[in-house]
Amino acid sequence: MYKIVEKEILAPNIFSMDILAPRVANSAKPGQFVIVITDETGERLPLTICDYDKEKGTVQIVVQSMGSSTKKLAAFEKGDSLKDFVGPLGVPSEFVSEDLDELKKKKILFVAGGVGTAPVYPQVKWLHEHGVEVDVIMGAKTKDLVILEDKLKSVAGNLYVATDDGSYGFHGLVTNYIEDLVNNQGKQYDVCIAIGPMIMMKFVALTTKKLNIPTVVSLNPIMVDGTGMCGACRVTVGNETKFACVHGPEFDGHLVDFDEALKRQGQYKTEEVKKDEAYKCQLEEARK
Amino acid sequence: MDKFTRTPIAEQDPQVRNHNFEEVCLGYTEEEAIQEAKRCIQCKKPFCRPNCPVSIDIPGFIKHIAEGNFAEAAQVLAEYSALPAVCGRVCPQEVQCESTCILGKKGDAVAIGKLERFAADWARENGIEVGKAKESNGHKVAIIGSGPAGVTCAGELAKEGYDVTIFEALHEPGGVLVYGIPEFRLPKETVVKNEIENLKKLGVKIETNVIVGRTITVDEIFEEGFEAVFIGSGAGLPKFMNIPGENLNGVFSANEFLTRNNLMKAFRPEFDTPIKVGQKVAVVGGGNVAMDAARTAKRLGAEVYVVYRRTEEELPARVEEVHHAKEEGIIFELLTNPIEVLGDENGWVKGLKCVRMELGEPDSSGRRRPREIAGSEFEFEVDTVIMSLGTSPNPLISSTTDGLDVNNHLCIVADENGQTSREGVFAGGDAVTGAATVILAMGAGKDAAKAMDEYIKSKNN
Repeated sequence: MYKIVEKEILAPNIFSMDILAPRVANSAKPGQFVIVITDETGERLPLTICDYDKEKGTVQIVVQSMGSSTKKLAAFEKGDSLKDFVGPLGVPSEFVSEDLDELKKKKILFVAGGVGTAPVYPQVKWLHEHGVEVDVIMGAKTKDLVILEDKLKSVAGNLYVATDDGSYGFHGLVTNYIEDLVNNQGKQYDVCIAIGPMIMMKFVALTTKKLNIPTVVSLNPIMVDGTGMCGACRVTVGNETKFACVHGPEFDGHLVDFDEALKRQGQYKTEEVKKDEAYKCQLEEARK
Repeated sequence: MDKFTRTPIAEQDPQVRNHNFEEVCLGYTEEEAIQEAKRCIQCKKPFCRPNCPVSIDIPGFIKHIAEGNFAEAAQVLAEYSALPAVCGRVCPQEVQCESTCILGKKGDAVAIGKLERFAADWARENGIEVGKAKESNGHKVAIIGSGPAGVTCAGELAKEGYDVTIFEALHEPGGVLVYGIPEFRLPKETVVKNEIENLKKLGVKIETNVIVGRTITVDEIFEEGFEAVFIGSGAGLPKFMNIPGENLNGVFSANEFLTRNNLMKAFRPEFDTPIKVGQKVAVVGGGNVAMDAARTAKRLGAEVYVVYRRTEEELPARVEEVHHAKEEGIIFELLTNPIEVLGDENGWVKGLKCVRMELGEPDSSGRRRPREIAGSEFEFEVDTVIMSLGTSPNPLISSTTDGLDVNNHLCIVADENGQTSREGVFAGGDAVTGAATVILAMGAGKDAAKAMDEYIKSKNN
């Protein structure tokens, strides 16, 4: 069992949890993720890592409750324990193994969308701790959904906030902001790292392709085991099939077949609904 | 009944069982087991025993059954095998021990597997404790993977008095026994769990959710004070055909399909993991895993086809599994090979384009090589395709362990004692051989345990 030592509500339906998992905390690197199983009947839920503390042995996850499993997780409180917590999974971000002097010369732009802000934080933090200052655009639908702003501000060079409805910061999509920075504010970037909803990453990649900025995206497709066993996370990258769990989750955003990835994400939607209903029926039967 | 005819065994009716996940074979009763055991003529030089990868004293345990001493029979089995209730169910006895039974020359071989299962089940149901560990010798050994190879190796070393820890990547111990082989062939709650419990009783510690190569490395295991490591991480990576349309929605690896159903229990409504089966399913491949996937899909309510490029004779699956699959209504499309998965405008599977095959000259495996019949392409309508083309070892461990050699197929290179290219590191089972059987993995785990014992003893002398 893995104890929840801290829980915080970050925004409506978005919360963070610090989980006691010393082995995972000790090995986690930027770019990696974990899999959580809430309880006996839970599914294996892949989640991004927002932070980790090797001393305390904790790993922080940030979750938006949307489907039945994330809602189940949302009901857990500080002091409760999760049945399973495994990781770190996936390949660490490429920059972790790059030459630091080379890295310091690069102008890096991070683009974070929604809860995608969470996995961006440990990357920016790692770079900050290694003397690399980067720019970060974080986008949210509206002001209430802007998360981790202070945390990111403390490690980012420049932090740019955008909201779709203009209720806070730049009025517009992250893609508009990228174009604004590059075309109107004279910014130049050697690499862009974008993490957020699949549809956002698709359009960021299209934008940066136009602007000629090499781009890395972090995919979060359907997966079961997360160790290369099931192949549910298949994604086409430059006409080659890759498993996001072991070859990724980070890939060249200009080579990812986003349309296929978007379709594959919806693969179990009807089954999840059916399952939910079948279970409710069973519960009702039991009550009779 | 004459002595050349095998005592029949009860099975669930095919038309009933293809709607449930209960075990197909119901096992012998005590009377039936004694009757069958009495058929064994107790050869002085038994031909069955050399064909058992873990050299079980087969006439010995059968004799005890014939005499009604079931606990003793289980005790004999426990001396040689950590998983008798599993092996009695999933070993391919027809090509191992039973293939050389002297009775088989004139009639039916003794039902060695079914008797093994009987004795192991009887011991479990009657709470008989089998196997004892020697006093602790204080030496720590680590086992990676809790499948058949790892469990056997762990059991052997624990019996010798070692302090054994198993690191398991998944959340449930058992490896392929829990994620791969379905409930209707191998019940998890009773059979598998009990075998794991027996291991724990020997003092073996199991740490789940540890992915070696990610959570910790082999080097870190040594740093934690373990003196030797056994890698029994299996062959978990699914193969695909690399044909067009393979990434359409509705194409799954057999691993994904079976893991959802077996490990994650998707067939039970109270479990959260979803599974998608569709109306009409094509399972591509002809091995035991293909049969498992096909029969699972059938139980979930689909019309199921097995698509295989050679003939029935070459099917790699056990005869019993093919027979059971047919009884349950699985339709075989033999001498047929898929060349494309067809999709609709929304990215979902709508059919499979295949070509008919014929058999040519034998290839290196001795099986006749299938070749396409020109102009025989045809399409058939399916909404789910399950690829069951075999698996290969996961490179997570080998790629993060310096000095550990692998071959071209990413199999870890090890000698007959399981010794790898790196000192103190041993390996066995599918991680070394590529996908094979439970019992071969167990044999490798047993041999490696012996070598590890010798290695640690010689090092500490």
